[in-house]
Amino acid sequence: MIIEALIGGVLIGIAVSFLLLFNGKVLGVSGIISDLINKPIHNNYWRLFFVIGLLISPFIYNLYKPMPVPTITTNNLMIIVGGLLVGLGSRYASGCTSGHGVCGIARLSIRSMIATITFISFGALTVFLMQRVFV
Amino acid sequence: MSSLIALFAGIVFGLGLIVSQMTNPSKIIGFLTVGKHWDPSLVFVMISAIFVSYFAFAYAKRRRASFFNLDFEIPKRTEIDKQLIIGSALFGIGWGIVGYCPAPAITALFFGNPQTLLFVGAMLIGMYLFRVINK
Repeated sequence: MIIEALIGGVLIGIAVSFLLLFNGKVLGVSGIISDLINKPIHNNYWRLFFVIGLLISPFIYNLYKPMPVPTITTNNLMIIVGGLLVGLGSRYASGCTSGHGVCGIARLSIRSMIATITFISFGALTVFLMQRVFV
Repeated sequence: MSSLIALFAGIVFGLGLIVSQMTNPSKIIGFLTVGKHWDPSLVFVMISAIFVSYFAFAYAKRRRASFFNLDFEIPKRTEIDKQLIIGSALFGIGWGIVGYCPAPAITALFFGNPQTLLFVGAMLIGMYLFRVINK
Protein backbone atom coordinates (compact mmCIF):
# COMPACT_ATOMS: atom_id res chain seq x y z
CA MET A 1 0.00 0.00 0.00
CA ILE A 2 2.76 2.44 1.00
CA ILE A 3 4.94 1.32 -1.93
CA GLU A 4 2.11 1.88 -4.44
CA ALA A 5 1.43 5.29 -2.91
CA LEU A 6 5.10 6.28 -3.16
CA ILE A 7 5.40 5.02 -6.77
CA GLY A 8 2.19 6.85 -7.70
CA GLY A 9 3.56 10.04 -6.17
CA VAL A 10 6.84 9.71 -8.10
CA LEU A 11 4.85 9.36 -11.36
CA ILE A 12 2.84 12.46 -10.46
CA GLY A 13 6.11 14.29 -9.74
CA ILE A 14 7.54 13.21 -13.11
CA ALA A 15 4.43 14.54 -14.88
CA VAL A 16 4.74 17.86 -13.01
CA SER A 17 8.46 18.08 -13.88
CA PHE A 18 7.99 17.41 -17.61
CA LEU A 19 5.17 19.93 -17.99
CA LEU A 20 7.20 22.53 -16.11
CA LEU A 21 10.66 22.00 -17.58
CA PHE A 22 9.59 21.51 -21.22
CA ASN A 23 6.44 23.62 -21.50
CA GLY A 24 6.94 26.09 -18.64
CA LYS A 25 3.49 25.27 -17.22
CA VAL A 26 2.36 24.46 -13.71
CA LEU A 27 0.34 21.25 -13.53
CA GLY A 28 -2.90 22.40 -11.91
CA VAL A 29 -5.76 20.23 -13.08
CA SER A 30 -8.68 22.45 -12.02
CA GLY A 31 -7.11 25.38 -13.88
CA ILE A 32 -6.42 23.25 -16.96
CA ILE A 33 -10.03 22.00 -17.10
CA SER A 34 -11.66 25.36 -16.43
CA ASP A 35 -9.51 27.14 -19.04
CA LEU A 36 -10.38 24.39 -21.47
CA ILE A 37 -14.14 24.96 -21.10
CA ASN A 38 -14.04 28.73 -20.67
CA LYS A 39 -11.39 29.98 -23.08
CA PRO A 40 -11.09 29.82 -26.89
CA ILE A 41 -9.30 26.74 -28.18
CA HIS A 42 -6.24 28.45 -29.70
CA ASN A 43 -3.32 28.36 -27.23
CA ASN A 44 -5.37 25.77 -25.41
CA TYR A 45 -4.24 22.67 -27.31
CA TRP A 46 -1.77 21.54 -24.67
CA ARG A 47 -4.61 21.53 -22.11
CA LEU A 48 -6.71 19.39 -24.43
CA PHE A 49 -3.80 16.96 -24.90
CA PHE A 50 -3.21 16.81 -21.15
CA VAL A 51 -6.85 15.86 -20.53
CA ILE A 52 -6.72 13.29 -23.35
CA GLY A 53 -3.64 11.84 -21.60
CA LEU A 54 -5.60 11.56 -18.32
CA LEU A 55 -8.48 9.87 -20.17
CA ILE A 56 -6.27 7.26 -21.89
CA SER A 57 -4.13 6.43 -18.84
CA PRO A 58 -6.65 3.78 -17.59
CA PHE A 59 -6.40 1.98 -20.96
CA ILE A 60 -2.62 1.80 -20.60
CA TYR A 61 -2.86 0.68 -16.96
CA ASN A 62 -5.34 -2.04 -17.96
CA LEU A 63 -2.71 -3.63 -20.22
CA TYR A 64 -0.83 -4.37 -16.99
CA LYS A 65 -3.72 -5.18 -14.68
CA PRO A 66 -7.38 -4.16 -14.21
CA MET A 67 -7.84 -0.69 -12.74
CA PRO A 68 -9.63 -0.79 -9.37
CA VAL A 69 -13.32 0.10 -9.74
CA PRO A 70 -14.20 3.36 -7.95
CA THR A 71 -16.56 3.01 -5.01
CA ILE A 72 -18.79 5.98 -4.23
CA THR A 73 -20.98 5.61 -1.18
CA THR A 74 -23.01 8.82 -1.28
CA ASN A 75 -26.31 9.43 -3.12
CA ASN A 76 -26.81 11.27 -6.43
CA LEU A 77 -28.00 14.52 -4.87
CA MET A 78 -24.87 14.71 -2.71
CA ILE A 79 -22.71 13.86 -5.74
CA ILE A 80 -24.15 16.89 -7.57
CA VAL A 81 -23.61 19.13 -4.51
CA GLY A 82 -20.04 17.79 -4.13
CA GLY A 83 -19.23 18.30 -7.81
CA LEU A 84 -20.54 21.89 -7.79
CA LEU A 85 -18.51 22.69 -4.65
CA VAL A 86 -15.33 21.13 -6.08
CA GLY A 87 -15.73 23.09 -9.33
CA LEU A 88 -16.64 26.40 -7.73
CA GLY A 89 -14.29 26.12 -4.73
CA SER A 90 -11.21 25.16 -6.74
CA ARG A 91 -11.69 28.23 -8.95
CA TYR A 92 -12.17 30.61 -6.02
CA ALA A 93 -9.02 29.17 -4.47
CA SER A 94 -7.21 29.23 -7.87
CA GLY A 95 -6.11 25.63 -7.37
CA CYS A 96 -6.89 22.15 -6.13
CA THR A 97 -4.98 19.10 -4.91
CA SER A 98 -2.49 19.25 -7.81
CA GLY A 99 -1.97 23.01 -8.21
CA HIS A 100 -1.82 23.87 -4.47
CA GLY A 101 -1.26 20.48 -2.82
CA VAL A 102 1.60 19.25 -5.02
CA CYS A 103 3.00 22.10 -7.18
CA GLY A 104 2.38 24.89 -4.67
CA ILE A 105 3.98 23.08 -1.75
CA ALA A 106 6.88 21.92 -3.99
CA ARG A 107 7.70 25.56 -4.78
CA LEU A 108 7.36 26.38 -1.08
CA SER A 109 4.39 28.74 -1.49
CA ILE A 110 2.88 29.65 1.90
CA ARG A 111 -0.38 30.53 0.10
CA SER A 112 -0.62 26.99 -1.28
CA MET A 113 0.28 25.41 2.07
CA ILE A 114 -2.57 27.34 3.72
CA ALA A 115 -4.94 26.31 0.91
CA THR A 116 -3.93 22.64 1.33
CA ILE A 117 -4.33 22.68 5.11
CA THR A 118 -7.73 24.37 4.65
CA PHE A 119 -9.15 21.89 2.15
CA ILE A 120 -7.86 18.83 4.02
CA SER A 121 -9.32 20.18 7.30
CA PHE A 122 -12.71 20.91 5.76
CA GLY A 123 -12.63 17.57 3.93
CA ALA A 124 -11.98 15.72 7.20
CA LEU A 125 -14.67 17.73 9.01
CA THR A 126 -17.16 16.93 6.23
CA VAL A 127 -16.41 13.19 6.36
CA PHE A 128 -16.75 13.28 10.15
CA LEU A 129 -20.12 15.03 9.97
CA MET A 130 -21.40 12.77 7.19
CA GLN A 131 -20.47 9.64 9.13
CA ARG A 132 -21.58 10.74 12.61
CA VAL A 133 -24.42 13.17 12.14
CA PHE A 134 -26.24 12.32 8.93
CA VAL A 135 -26.08 8.53 9.06
CA MET B 1 6.02 19.20 -29.46
CA SER B 2 4.57 20.88 -26.38
CA SER B 3 1.27 19.10 -27.07
CA LEU B 4 3.14 15.79 -27.03
CA ILE B 5 4.72 16.64 -23.66
CA ALA B 6 1.27 17.59 -22.34
CA LEU B 7 -0.13 14.27 -23.57
CA PHE B 8 2.75 12.41 -21.91
CA ALA B 9 2.28 14.39 -18.67
CA GLY B 10 -1.44 13.56 -18.69
CA ILE B 11 -0.78 9.85 -19.16
CA VAL B 12 1.94 9.66 -16.48
CA PHE B 13 -0.14 11.77 -14.06
CA GLY B 14 -3.15 9.50 -14.64
CA LEU B 15 -1.05 6.37 -14.15
CA GLY B 16 0.28 7.84 -10.89
CA LEU B 17 -3.28 8.39 -9.65
CA ILE B 18 -4.34 4.85 -10.63
CA VAL B 19 -1.25 3.09 -9.19
CA SER B 20 -1.74 4.86 -5.86
CA GLN B 21 -5.54 4.26 -6.07
CA MET B 22 -6.29 7.97 -5.73
CA THR B 23 -8.92 7.45 -8.45
CA ASN B 24 -10.95 5.53 -5.89
CA PRO B 25 -13.14 7.85 -3.76
CA SER B 26 -13.23 5.35 -0.89
CA LYS B 27 -9.42 5.73 -0.54
CA ILE B 28 -9.81 9.51 -0.26
CA ILE B 29 -12.65 9.18 2.26
CA GLY B 30 -10.34 6.82 4.20
CA PHE B 31 -7.66 9.51 4.23
CA LEU B 32 -10.15 12.12 5.43
CA THR B 33 -11.43 9.83 8.20
CA VAL B 34 -9.90 10.86 11.50
CA GLY B 35 -9.37 8.03 13.98
CA LYS B 36 -8.14 4.46 13.96
CA HIS B 37 -9.50 3.73 10.46
CA TRP B 38 -7.36 6.52 8.96
CA ASP B 39 -5.76 5.59 5.61
CA PRO B 40 -2.49 7.55 5.25
CA SER B 41 -1.92 6.65 1.54
CA LEU B 42 -2.44 10.21 0.27
CA VAL B 43 0.31 11.46 2.60
CA PHE B 44 2.82 9.13 0.93
CA VAL B 45 1.57 10.09 -2.54
CA MET B 46 2.02 13.77 -1.68
CA ILE B 47 5.43 13.29 -0.08
CA SER B 48 6.97 11.59 -3.11
CA ALA B 49 5.15 13.83 -5.63
CA ILE B 50 6.31 16.97 -3.79
CA PHE B 51 9.85 15.57 -3.40
CA VAL B 52 10.27 15.02 -7.17
CA SER B 53 8.50 18.28 -8.08
CA TYR B 54 10.62 20.27 -5.62
CA PHE B 55 13.76 19.59 -7.67
CA ALA B 56 12.00 20.50 -10.90
CA PHE B 57 10.84 23.86 -9.50
CA ALA B 58 14.26 24.55 -7.95
CA TYR B 59 15.92 23.82 -11.29
CA ALA B 60 13.35 25.92 -13.19
CA LYS B 61 14.19 28.86 -10.93
CA ARG B 62 17.78 28.81 -12.16
CA ARG B 63 16.77 28.82 -15.84
CA ARG B 64 15.53 31.76 -17.88
CA ALA B 65 13.16 29.65 -20.01
CA SER B 66 11.98 26.06 -20.46
CA PHE B 67 13.76 23.42 -22.60
CA PHE B 68 11.45 24.51 -25.45
CA ASN B 69 12.44 28.12 -24.79
CA LEU B 70 8.98 28.95 -23.43
CA ASP B 71 8.51 31.35 -20.51
CA PHE B 72 7.83 29.80 -17.13
CA GLU B 73 4.25 30.60 -16.09
CA ILE B 74 4.60 30.20 -12.35
CA PRO B 75 1.99 31.83 -10.07
CA LYS B 76 3.37 34.90 -8.28
CA ARG B 77 0.48 35.54 -5.90
CA THR B 78 1.31 35.35 -2.19
CA GLU B 79 -1.74 36.92 -0.53
CA ILE B 80 -3.78 34.87 1.92
CA ASP B 81 -7.21 36.33 1.20
CA LYS B 82 -10.87 35.47 1.75
CA GLN B 83 -11.16 33.97 -1.75
CA LEU B 84 -8.36 31.51 -1.05
CA ILE B 85 -9.73 30.39 2.32
CA ILE B 86 -13.43 30.25 1.37
CA GLY B 87 -12.62 28.60 -1.98
CA SER B 88 -10.41 25.97 -0.33
CA ALA B 89 -13.06 25.34 2.34
CA LEU B 90 -15.80 24.83 -0.29
CA PHE B 91 -13.48 22.62 -2.31
CA GLY B 92 -12.66 20.58 0.81
CA ILE B 93 -16.36 20.10 1.64
CA GLY B 94 -17.10 18.85 -1.90
CA TRP B 95 -14.01 16.63 -1.81
CA GLY B 96 -15.14 15.18 1.54
CA ILE B 97 -18.71 14.56 0.36
CA VAL B 98 -17.77 12.48 -2.69
CA GLY B 99 -14.05 11.66 -2.46
CA TYR B 100 -13.21 13.00 -5.92
CA CYS B 101 -11.04 15.95 -6.83
CA PRO B 102 -10.75 17.08 -10.49
CA ALA B 103 -7.98 14.84 -11.90
CA PRO B 104 -9.11 11.51 -10.38
CA ALA B 105 -12.71 12.18 -11.46
CA ILE B 106 -11.63 12.80 -15.08
CA THR B 107 -9.43 9.68 -15.03
CA ALA B 108 -12.21 7.54 -13.54
CA LEU B 109 -14.52 8.53 -16.44
CA PHE B 110 -12.96 5.42 -18.00
CA PHE B 111 -15.53 3.31 -16.17
CA GLY B 112 -18.39 5.38 -17.55
CA ASN B 113 -20.36 4.89 -14.34
CA PRO B 114 -23.25 7.36 -13.93
CA GLN B 115 -21.97 8.62 -10.56
CA THR B 116 -18.62 9.74 -11.98
CA LEU B 117 -20.34 11.32 -14.99
CA LEU B 118 -22.71 13.15 -12.66
CA PHE B 119 -19.81 14.42 -10.55
CA VAL B 120 -17.77 15.64 -13.54
CA GLY B 121 -20.86 17.32 -15.05
CA ALA B 122 -21.59 19.17 -11.78
CA MET B 123 -17.90 20.11 -11.42
CA LEU B 124 -17.82 21.63 -14.92
CA ILE B 125 -21.01 23.57 -14.15
CA GLY B 126 -19.36 24.81 -10.92
CA MET B 127 -16.33 26.04 -12.87
CA TYR B 128 -18.58 27.70 -15.44
CA LEU B 129 -20.61 29.37 -12.66
CA PHE B 130 -17.43 30.87 -11.26
CA ARG B 131 -16.78 32.63 -14.58
CA VAL B 132 -20.39 33.85 -14.76
CA ILE B 133 -20.39 35.17 -11.17
CA ASN B 134 -17.00 36.84 -11.53
CA LYS B 135 -17.53 38.52 -14.87
